[in-house]
Amino acid sequence: MTSTKTPVNMPQKLPALACLIDESALDTLLPKHKIAKDEYGILREVMGRAPTISELGVFSAMWSEHCSYKSSRVHLGRLPTQAQQVVVGPGENAGVVHIDGDYCVAFKMESHNHPSYLEPYHGAATGVGGIMRDVFCMGARPIANFNCLRFGEKTHPKTKNLLEKVVDGIGDYGNCVGVPTVGGNLSFHKSYNGNCLVNAMTVGAIHKDRIFKGFASGVGNYVIYVGSATGRDGIHGATMASESFADSADDKTKKSENKTTIQVGDPFMENILLEATLEILDRNLVIGLQDMGAAGLTSSAVEMAGRAGNGLYLDFTRVPIRTKTPLTAYELLLSESQERMLMVCTPEKWPELEKLIQKWELAYDIIGSVTDTARMQVVFDGALEVDIPVGPLTDAAPKYERPMAASPTYVAQNAQISFGKLNWQKELEEVLKAKPCHADVYHRYDQHIGLRTIFGPEHQGAAVVWPQSDWTKNKDVGVVISAACEEDLTAENASLGTEHAVLKAARMVYAAGGRPLAITDCMNFGNPEDPQIMRQFSDSVDGMTIACKELDAPVIGGNVSLYNETGSTSIHPTPMIGMVGKIEDVHRAIPAALLGRYKKNTEKSISVYWLGPDEWDHSWVGSIFARVKGIKTNDLAAVDYGYETTAGAAIHSWNEKTPLFACRDVASSGALATILKMVACSQKVAVHLNTPKEIDSHTFWLARNQGYIAFASELAEALPPGIKALSLGEVSFTGTSELRLDGQALNMLNLHNAWKGGLR
Amino acid sequence: MRIGVFQFPASNNFDDWMLGLPRDYGQQFSVTVQKIWHQEAELPLCDAYILPGGFSYGDYLRAGAIASRSPLLLKLKVAADAGVPILGVCNGFQVLTESKMLPGALLPNADGEFLCFYTELIPDKSRFLLAPKTLSVPIAHGMGRYFCDQAVLENLKNNQQILLRYKQNPNGSTEDIAGIANKQGNVWGMMPHPERASARSIGGSSDGQWVLKEFLSMAKQRVINP
Repeated sequence: MTSTKTPVNMPQKLPALACLIDESALDTLLPKHKIAKDEYGILREVMGRAPTISELGVFSAMWSEHCSYKSSRVHLGRLPTQAQQVVVGPGENAGVVHIDGDYCVAFKMESHNHPSYLEPYHGAATGVGGIMRDVFCMGARPIANFNCLRFGEKTHPKTKNLLEKVVDGIGDYGNCVGVPTVGGNLSFHKSYNGNCLVNAMTVGAIHKDRIFKGFASGVGNYVIYVGSATGRDGIHGATMASESFADSADDKTKKSENKTTIQVGDPFMENILLEATLEILDRNLVIGLQDMGAAGLTSSAVEMAGRAGNGLYLDFTRVPIRTKTPLTAYELLLSESQERMLMVCTPEKWPELEKLIQKWELAYDIIGSVTDTARMQVVFDGALEVDIPVGPLTDAAPKYERPMAASPTYVAQNAQISFGKLNWQKELEEVLKAKPCHADVYHRYDQHIGLRTIFGPEHQGAAVVWPQSDWTKNKDVGVVISAACEEDLTAENASLGTEHAVLKAARMVYAAGGRPLAITDCMNFGNPEDPQIMRQFSDSVDGMTIACKELDAPVIGGNVSLYNETGSTSIHPTPMIGMVGKIEDVHRAIPAALLGRYKKNTEKSISVYWLGPDEWDHSWVGSIFARVKGIKTNDLAAVDYGYETTAGAAIHSWNEKTPLFACRDVASSGALATILKMVACSQKVAVHLNTPKEIDSHTFWLARNQGYIAFASELAEALPPGIKALSLGEVSFTGTSELRLDGQALNMLNLHNAWKGGLR
Repeated sequence: MRIGVFQFPASNNFDDWMLGLPRDYGQQFSVTVQKIWHQEAELPLCDAYILPGGFSYGDYLRAGAIASRSPLLLKLKVAADAGVPILGVCNGFQVLTESKMLPGALLPNADGEFLCFYTELIPDKSRFLLAPKTLSVPIAHGMGRYFCDQAVLENLKNNQQILLRYKQNPNGSTEDIAGIANKQGNVWGMMPHPERASARSIGGSSDGQWVLKEFLSMAKQRVINP
């Protein structure tokens, strides 16, 4: 193919400025653009005149909560971001952490909550697409996806449909692009009845010397548009994601109004764009490259120009479009059509770049050039539609210290609850139903593509991925991925609950035989203009700060999603933690459940141990059993980080001496349900358990505690001080299916069915 | 032995074969892999060909439909007629049925859902002599329900063309069929992914080796006795 594209040069004389807005109509224009009156004052100062309608659109997008983090920025600065293993911290498309040799991983979690509630299939699908582009536009090949989902109560009329469509959207997109979904988490709670959460995370492999950042540098260089043609989808997506939903009463009208703000994804195009982008970066053909994500062309152009301190001259008549009726400059600026990239290349490299784009059959054009004006200038239809100074546009973005309610004082009180005689069978079935098996969800995701998945979602714990890359020195090294947030705990106490969220993610990494390296956070909260919510947010940042410092796992990227509110009901604070860790030898990784096909090699019976702190401790807050029973306590335990890291090390040394068959932290399900989940994949298993001496059996088996359950042939000889192990009994694969607790027989099949069927 | 691996747009299992074949079978079969980009003018000469899984052309029209009409596929047919071993897995199987190199068709799964999990497969005894009674191999497909009419089914049975059957039919396939061969026996298609179960440390099963070793042996035989 030959080129039909010509460069776009800035003319000596720019065309006349398009019509300025009629400032007497501000009362309708500003609310529509979600720009506050005083924000408009700043805009006026930056511009020195009234804006055109396109410019107002640019400010609206760039100063939205979603793009500017205007409510959260003052708090996010407190988070720890540095550590030896951190290669790229927050502020880029994704953070990068060092694994081994020249091998690093780029990763980030991002929310797509608002679109997913309105249009669950496309909302969730494009959430997955967006986060993958954030990762691969840095030059990282995605090797694993994760997703963390929150829905309303299972009995709520919306829940079933939202769950179905969200899972379909995630599956159809990720499966077609060809990135395995290796894990995630899912829970139901009434605080999400009016706002579901869809948080998607991507982990990509990257060489430490080939991390790409998007710069629009080199005056005279070409600005190239590559990927899908632009349509009207997703216009104002960023501003829409920065407001609450009205009451569910007028849900329907809200829905139809907002439909055009939802993007529609094309995973086939994403796959091609992924391969093309990585080839472009590998061959060093571009100077700058940025995904057109939230706020589309606007934010990608502004970000790239801003980083380089340059200006851009763009001719929007060149933008490939897919609509029958032509788009206006305003629409072109704000469309969030998916699978698009903005690139900057030198005129010398252009022929080679163009050939490569043609090979992948992508739509493209030269749409502008880099200038020394430090202004973003857009011409369209013979008029200058946008003429904004890039620096002030981002630097002058509003930043609020929103008022916060007083920090709640939390005095944890020990709760001793007596249940009299319990019907174990019934109680256990309820707990298993409330935290059911997620196989029905994850079997809709391709978990194995890439041949790197050592442990995927069916193993129920942290995912373990084997790089098998020439860039690692240690050929057995693995990447461990986990994600967690227990909203019962963060609702009880935002600060301490967030510490527990980081810890839960860390415990999953420890239990798999790994150690934590860094986290990404997806901060899902309600309306920041409510002082109570802002307090939750600030406290959550403080809790995260403590936990990340103690575990030496800093925050290297993330996302804030506010206004998760319907009517006046906000979601529980949900600081979702995505953690990446490392394991030295993937062949010694420990699964969280013993799957059928592994058991072929473990015919002998296996001992069950509880491993935990010397001082046995528990809490009822956050236990599924307490939630099911409606028991309210305020006994959320403070965290002993010394114990946590020692326990992690103890699991590793135990596994070195006698390989563990499985290991899992106890968490919200309680010890007994945890053991059942560890074997419940097989009905042909006999489990014989005894309550440890001097511990109340109800509390031991049902409450949340800080320990781990480990399956091993024998106990490690010596455990470090502060850690103890209790022998709980045995599991054996004799072909009979039974559960005995302190001699009492329970029906294993019914328990298995309760757990497996709980999602339906 | 040189194995050619096809790459259509969105043949997203392509990398798996490029990584997996040398990793798991490189030593025993001295395998080298060669990429075959769909726009190449000539079919590179190889000892066997792989059509990998994925979503070639985004499953536009039907899974495998566009890829099966690419000019390179006509050349692959000539090679197939000459007896060169060809293996299509997942989307590759769909391409082989769409191009009529294998009989029957692959329809959407019975319950309409994409399915990804380990399945127990029963290999055909007459072909896989050394294999255990069942093989644990994962599937990952939305359109894997093998369908054929009675006459074709009779032929498949009489000629021992049914390579693999599901122990528990996950997708509604006719007669639990998971994989078949052509009448000559050199063109194989299957929905399960043997390449994903070739190293035990990955996912806990290396049962896919029984399938791939048999296929590679067939290719090796041809190299020794052309």
